[in-house]
Amino acid sequence: MSTAVVTVNRGVFRGLNLRQKTLLMIGLTSLLLLTIVVSSVSLGEESLQTDFSSKNLSPSTEHPFGTDWMGRDMFIRTVKGLGLSIMIGAFASTISTILAVILGLLSSAGKTADSFVSWIVDLFLSIPHLLLIILISIGMGGGATGVIIGVAFSHWTGLTRVVRVEIKQIKTQEYIHISRNLGKSRWWIATKHIFPHLIPQILLGTILMFPHAILHEASVTFLGFGLSPHEPAIGIILSESMKYLSAGYWWLAFFPGLSLLIVVLAFDMIGDNLGKLIDPKKAHE
Amino acid sequence: MKIFDIIHNIYIQDKIGLLYNRHIGGNNVLDNEKIVSFAGKKLLRLMSLLVVVCFVSFMLIQYSPIDPVRAYIGEMTVSAEHKVMLEEYWGVNTPPQEKFLNWAGNILKGDFGVSLIYRIPVIDVIKERSAASFTLMAVSWLISGILGFTLGIIAGIKKGTWIDRAIKTYCYTLAATPTFWLALVLLMVFSVYLGWFPIGLGVPIGVTAGNVTLFDKVQHLILPAVTLSLLGVAQIAMFTREKLIEVMSSDYVLFAKARGEKELDLVLRHGIRNVALPAITLQFLGFSELFGGAVLVEQVFSYPGIGQAAVAAGLRSDVPLLLGIVIISALFVFFGNLIADIIYEFVDPRIKQQEATL
Repeated sequence: MSTAVVTVNRGVFRGLNLRQKTLLMIGLTSLLLLTIVVSSVSLGEESLQTDFSSKNLSPSTEHPFGTDWMGRDMFIRTVKGLGLSIMIGAFASTISTILAVILGLLSSAGKTADSFVSWIVDLFLSIPHLLLIILISIGMGGGATGVIIGVAFSHWTGLTRVVRVEIKQIKTQEYIHISRNLGKSRWWIATKHIFPHLIPQILLGTILMFPHAILHEASVTFLGFGLSPHEPAIGIILSESMKYLSAGYWWLAFFPGLSLLIVVLAFDMIGDNLGKLIDPKKAHE
Repeated sequence: MKIFDIIHNIYIQDKIGLLYNRHIGGNNVLDNEKIVSFAGKKLLRLMSLLVVVCFVSFMLIQYSPIDPVRAYIGEMTVSAEHKVMLEEYWGVNTPPQEKFLNWAGNILKGDFGVSLIYRIPVIDVIKERSAASFTLMAVSWLISGILGFTLGIIAGIKKGTWIDRAIKTYCYTLAATPTFWLALVLLMVFSVYLGWFPIGLGVPIGVTAGNVTLFDKVQHLILPAVTLSLLGVAQIAMFTREKLIEVMSSDYVLFAKARGEKELDLVLRHGIRNVALPAITLQFLGFSELFGGAVLVEQVFSYPGIGQAAVAAGLRSDVPLLLGIVIISALFVFFGNLIADIIYEFVDPRIKQQEATL
């Protein structure tokens, strides 16, 4: 499953081998995402000045994404919103990964622990994701904390399963038995034999969790449970734009959503391309 | 040696085909013991799941900064003694454990409490809204399933061509598309700009409930259903494509080719047969995502379904309604998974084959 398998050997990519192309793709997309985050942080409040003389302008060279009802530049709002989304997604994914790794390791501790972990995974999968995030977000009192915890607590299930299965598989390998017969301690086997195999899976799992986290954050915020309306979040921008739909201000919703789509795609692409590089099972493709 | 493998595989395939036909014929007697143990396990699972879902969601809401009295009063002004009375009624001062037991006891009796925003029993709100939501979800579930399966088959047959690439690009893009944004864009294009469809709500404004025709309902259903269907296609199409490619590169298809079967026959006889069951199973496993998508789509189109009620309940602190919807959605997802499990355990001939050899 790869987003953009660059097999066409023409255009800008001519003369590069597959590995170089993959690296180039990763580099370019990472650069794009990094630019968004850095510029969203460095853009101060003053860049979003309200200017009622230029409100509700359609896209032009001066304002590529148009302006909103307060005359704020939609492009800057979008960049700031995307930056915020990426940061929240990163934070939530990291918490999720830590949870997943802990529970995945726990499941290998014994039979009881294993069934406990699968039971918890089933429990979290039993409520629709979105509803679960809403519930946790309300429980935590809303705001950024609510969203981050909500997203973090609803996305670890997939990775936990992967880690669990992977450990199970590795444990049946012959070299583990040999190692045990040679008298190595469990800890030694866990850190020297099992853990190195898990690292690529965990890394990939985290990156591929990103797009989901970002989309869910935006959805929950859009519904009104996430970030407060003062934050420059993508979800806020889009829910605000709903009020102006009948007025025909299409640019208020179109460009911010499209940018969000591109960011999500970029993360998918990084994940898939990185997978080709570091996943030994895919290395020969 | 290879040819022996191939013949052996063909032999197994034929056997599976026989098993499969027998099952379709309905003459297959299922192992009673297996059914009983399966049902028992699932029932136990459902019970434990519901208890924990109830408990956890209740506690989450309990410790959240929601004030039920405030939510009930809304914007009205009330006297102090009235407020004390309401606090008594909503049990602000009773300990949480006792409150949970009371609530859970009522749930067991089928009493979900009274919705704070609609002022009617929660069960009635859910009943009324579910009908609209389930129509929407069922329609988009079917369309996305059929469309996704067809696209997946086409992409699988034409692997590596521009059609395949186009379908793949479409799927990857859709998988990354925010649901609510797609809904907004469709709303802008078809309702605002072209004016083909109404801008929102399940029925026209200013028409009494008796005068709402089926046509009105369908007209209001189309855009939300299209949005959900378009998004649901991605996963199932990609899955079908991968599976079909896997099947088509198998030894028994090679042998069938050697026997002189043509491309289309191959796909119809060997491909679709082998891909259909896993694809249907996957579609049933997608109930959770479907529900989440429905919440967003209903919100954008102001479609009066259960998802919109959940959002309203959450935003306006209608705790009984929110908890009721959480329980219903958990049941919904559970039954999706259950059907998938049943297909897997009882319908898929390959599983039976494996069990027979064990």
